[in-house]
Amino acid sequence: MTAPALARRVVASAPVVAVVGALALTTLVMLVVGVDPTLAYPALVRGAIFDGNLEYTIAAFVPTLGMALAFALPLRAGEFNLGGDGQLAIGGVTAAALALLVPLPPVVAVVLPLVAGALAGGLVAAIAAPFSTRLRIPAIVSTLLISAPAVSLASYLVRFPLAEPNTGIAQTPTLPDASHLPFMGGSGYVTIGLPLIVVLTGLWLHIDGRTVTGYEIRATGQNREFARYGGVKVDRVAALALAGGGAFAGLAGALIVLGPPYRFVDGALTAPGYTFTAVAAVLLASARPLAIPVAVALLTVLQVGGLGMEREAGVPSQLTQIVQGLIIVIVAVLATVRARRGVRG
Amino acid sequence: MNIFEWSFLSGVLTATAPVLLAALGGLLCQVAGVFNIALEGQLLWGAFTAVVVSDATGSAWAGVAGAIIATVLFSGLLSGASVRLKADPIVVAVGLNLLALGLTAFLMRQIFGSGGTYSSPDLAGLPTLAELGLDIPVLGPQSPLVPLALLLVVAMAWWLTRTRSGLRLRGAGQHLEAAEAVGLPVAAYRHGVTLAAGALCGLAGAQLSLGNVTLFSEGMSAGRGWIAVVAVMLSSVLPYRLLLACLLFGVAEAFGFRLQGAGLPQQAADAAPYVITLVALVLAAVWRRRSHEHA
Repeated sequence: MTAPALARRVVASAPVVAVVGALALTTLVMLVVGVDPTLAYPALVRGAIFDGNLEYTIAAFVPTLGMALAFALPLRAGEFNLGGDGQLAIGGVTAAALALLVPLPPVVAVVLPLVAGALAGGLVAAIAAPFSTRLRIPAIVSTLLISAPAVSLASYLVRFPLAEPNTGIAQTPTLPDASHLPFMGGSGYVTIGLPLIVVLTGLWLHIDGRTVTGYEIRATGQNREFARYGGVKVDRVAALALAGGGAFAGLAGALIVLGPPYRFVDGALTAPGYTFTAVAAVLLASARPLAIPVAVALLTVLQVGGLGMEREAGVPSQLTQIVQGLIIVIVAVLATVRARRGVRG
Repeated sequence: MNIFEWSFLSGVLTATAPVLLAALGGLLCQVAGVFNIALEGQLLWGAFTAVVVSDATGSAWAGVAGAIIATVLFSGLLSGASVRLKADPIVVAVGLNLLALGLTAFLMRQIFGSGGTYSSPDLAGLPTLAELGLDIPVLGPQSPLVPLALLLVVAMAWWLTRTRSGLRLRGAGQHLEAAEAVGLPVAAYRHGVTLAAGALCGLAGAQLSLGNVTLFSEGMSAGRGWIAVVAVMLSSVLPYRLLLACLLFGVAEAFGFRLQGAGLPQQAADAAPYVITLVALVLAAVWRRRSHEHA
C-alpha cells in the first residue's frame, strides 16, 4: 500500500471519523452555550499533558485500562458488562478491608489485597452469569442491577464498620505502610500498578488471540448456537468471561485503594467515571483488542484534560461525557453503514 | 382511618409514577419489537428540560410540554440511528444514556451556574390534585400526571387488544417478515413507538422533577429508567402486569424510605429497590422456565 493510500485509510477509519465527529459536535455544543473553543481545547491539552499533569493522566490510565478489560472480556463472549462500578467498589473495599484488618508481612501485604480484590470483583460479576445463561436475563440488565446495591454495600462498609474513627468523614483510615503500592521511578502518582495492568493486558491479548480458551470465548460471542454445536461449553465460557471481566474491575478497585491516598474514600472510585470512559474506549476500538489500550489512552487524556479545562477555562468537565456518548453513538452508526456498503461491494 | 397507611400508599404511588410512565414507553417499544434501553437517559433528559422550561416560564405545565418536546427530539436520535440507519440499538442506547448524563450535568452548570442540585422559588412545581379541589385520600397529594399514568395503563391495554391499529402493531413486533408481507409499514411503526416512548419518558421526567419533588439534581433518574426496562421484561408485554411490576418497585422505594426513618442506614434504603427488582426478575424467569418445562 502506498503512503497516501495508507494515510487515506487511517483518516477514513471508523475510530478516527468517530472521534473527529464527536469533537465537531461537542464544539457545536460549546458554541451554542457560548464557550470559546479556542480557549477550552488548549486548556484541555494542557490539563492532560503539560504542567506536570502527564503523571496524573498516566495514573488515571491504569484503572481506566482495567475497566476497559472488564467490559471487553465479557463482550468478546457476547455479554454486556455494565456493572463495572459495583465490581470496582467491591474489589476496592475488599482490598482495603484485608489490608486494614489482617496484619500481613511486606510484599504479601500488597499481593494478597490485590488478588482478593480481583476475586471479589470476579465474584460480583459472576452472579450475573447464571441469570444470563440459564434464565435468559440479559447481562446488560442484571450486571447493572447488581451494581447499584454493590456500590451501596461498599459505601456502607466504608462509612460504618471500616470508617476512620472520630472524623465523621466517609473514608477508611490510611492503610498500613506495607500495603502501599511502590511508586515508579521518581513519580508521586504512578505506581507499579501501571506495569502490572500492562502485563495483564498483554496476557489477555495473548489468551484472546492465541489460545483455545480465547477462541472459544470469541466463538461463543459470535454465534452461540454454532459454538455449542461445535462442542464449546458455551454457558461455562460465558460465565468465565463475565467473572474474568469482573476480576479486572476488582483489581482496578484494589489498585486505586492501594495507591495514593492509600485509603477507600467513599465515592472516589466511582465518581471519576472510569467505567463508562472504558466502555466508550472499548466500543471505539470496535472489536480490535490491540486498539483498546490506544483508545483508553485517548479517552483518559480527554477525561483528565476535562478537569484541567474546568480549572483553567471554567468549562464544566462533564463536556467529556458528552464527547464519550457521541463517540459511542457515531461508532455504532458507522459500523452498520460500512457493513452495508461492504455488502453492496 | 389510619393516616399512616394512607400516606404509605400515597408514597408508593409517588415512587411508582415516573417508573410507570417510562415503562409504558418501553412496553410500547417491546410490542413493536424494539428493545429500548435508553429509557434511563431519556428520563433524566426529561427531568432536566422540565426544570429548565418551568424555571424560565414560571409555568409547570409549560415545563411538562417542554420536557415532552425535548425528549421526543432526543429519542429521535435513537430512532434515527437504530431504526433508520440500523445501528445496534443496545450500543446506541448505551451512548445516549451517557450523552444524557453529560449533557444535563454540563448544561446545568452553564444555565444555572452550579452543579449538584438546583431549586429556586422561580421553579414552578406541578399542583397536587388536592390543590385543584380534588381532596381524596392517596390521590390527593399527587400531581395530575399520576392518575394520567394509571389511565394510560388502561388505555394501552385496551388499544393493544381491542383496536385494529394496536393489533397491527403487535403483529409487526411478533413476526417481522409476515407483517412486511401483508404490507404493514414496519419501519414507520418502529419510528413511531420510539418517539412515543420519548414523549412518555418526557412525562416521566417532568413527574420526577416537578411532581415528586420540585428540583433538579445530577443523575436524579438514579436507575429508574433501568428499573422500567426490567418492568417491561417482567410484564410479558401486558400493561396490567407492567403496572404490578412498577408498583413492586414503588413499594420497595417507599418501604426503603420508611426503614431509613426507622434508623436503617441510607445505603440499605438505596439498595432495596434494585435488590427487590432483581429478585422479582429472577423469580419470574425461574417460574417461566418451570412452566415451559411442564408444557
